Amino acid sequence: MVALRLIPCLDVANGRVVKGVNFVGLRDAGDPVELACRYSNEGADELVFLDIAASHEARATLIDIVRRTAESVTIPFTVGGGISSIKGIKELLRAGADKISLNSSAVREPELISKGASQFGSQCIVVAIDAKRRSQSTLGWDVYVNGGRMNTGLDALSWANEVCSLGAGEILLTSMDGDGTQNGYDLELTRTIADSVTVPVIASGGAGCLEHVYQAFHEGNASAALLASLLHDQELSIEQIKNYLLQKNLLIRPLEY
Amino acid sequence: MTLNIGLIDYGMGNLHSVDQSFSRLNQPLKLVKRPEDLKDCKALILPGVGAFDPAMENLAKTNLIPELKNWVNDDRPLLGICLGLQLLFESSDEGHRDGLGFLKGEIKHLPRNEKELIPHIGWALLNQHKDCPLFKKNPDKQWMYFVHSYAAVPSNPQEVASSVDFGDEKITAVIWSKRLSACQFHPEKSGESGAKLLANWLDWLKKETQILY
Repeated sequence: MVALRLIPCLDVANGRVVKGVNFVGLRDAGDPVELACRYSNEGADELVFLDIAASHEARATLIDIVRRTAESVTIPFTVGGGISSIKGIKELLRAGADKISLNSSAVREPELISKGASQFGSQCIVVAIDAKRRSQSTLGWDVYVNGGRMNTGLDALSWANEVCSLGAGEILLTSMDGDGTQNGYDLELTRTIADSVTVPVIASGGAGCLEHVYQAFHEGNASAALLASLLHDQELSIEQIKNYLLQKNLLIRPLEY
Repeated sequence: MTLNIGLIDYGMGNLHSVDQSFSRLNQPLKLVKRPEDLKDCKALILPGVGAFDPAMENLAKTNLIPELKNWVNDDRPLLGICLGLQLLFESSDEGHRDGLGFLKGEIKHLPRNEKELIPHIGWALLNQHKDCPLFKKNPDKQWMYFVHSYAAVPSNPQEVASSVDFGDEKITAVIWSKRLSACQFHPEKSGESGAKLLANWLDWLKKETQILY
């Protein structure tokens, strides 16, 4: 049995951690490597870096962040944002990333998932899905790409199943409706996907209090919860969240002393 | 005292992380890419992330396989990590190629089970089955980080030093046989408990190499 995981997410742009609401209005939230070390020491189970600038120039900066993180952080971390080729995947894995997260490029070129999985193993290919609830007349969620700017028209549930059959080892599922709002994870979305696929689902978007995190596991059946604003704004610490979840009898890796 | 320890570089993943975890313990590692690099090495680390067949193909290209066979036949110390553990066995469900065959047994796909997801990703608590130098100073509960879809089933169950629960079964987490050792999890990614395990291996190596060399 593996423990349920808490994963701080660092959105990175031009070498800094940033955070916005519903994918817009970005503000500075600190130095990525410094924050990564802090969260690792405070008991994070893993880390995620998402390069939201993802320009050609920013790539070298990102690789530098990955290399420096690998030097000082002793827990696994995933890197995503603008990765669109096997060469790009390899470059980041070589720099010290443990997993790679594919998003828009996976929609554009689904073979990237299967190629990546067969070359590097499913365990290091995460597919990130940004899902937005459809208008009330139709059920379900649409998959968005390009940082939430473009609706692909793909159904989130069928896309989740397809990426698994292509070899994705994990799904990072972001509710665009919840992202940055601190109104709680979209539990229906999380549970719908988590119950349908056989790989772990990381719930993302909307955590605002202890109960939200508990619900992502208890109601949403997620294997991991992604945390951003809640931690960056120091409203809660990982220790507080872990203690709460342990009290609720969830299987959590206790802090090391 | 630092030792001459070789880290086998065959183009499969986590080299940087393994190298960093040892440098945090003040133990430099020497990259081994070809047989000549083995000169002066007292112990070897076989890391690995990825799939079984490409790993065996890449390893074959280094021309190190016959050397590694001699190494293990001479009962010299080697530590396999993750895919590096799996390559030590005879074969794998994941591929068609022969493994190194230093240990009898095969790598099987994780048992399909309603309670467990595959890949098996995350932190799990080790069950200890026998004393082994990797644990001697770790009386605490040991949570280690796993990422895998396949696990070793050794012909000789005595080789399993520790396991983790997977559904109702137990799967191999640590192998210890003479001076050959290996972990399915990533000690280099397992925070403090992982660092302690590597430090224990180094302590054991320092004593062992005095006898050996």
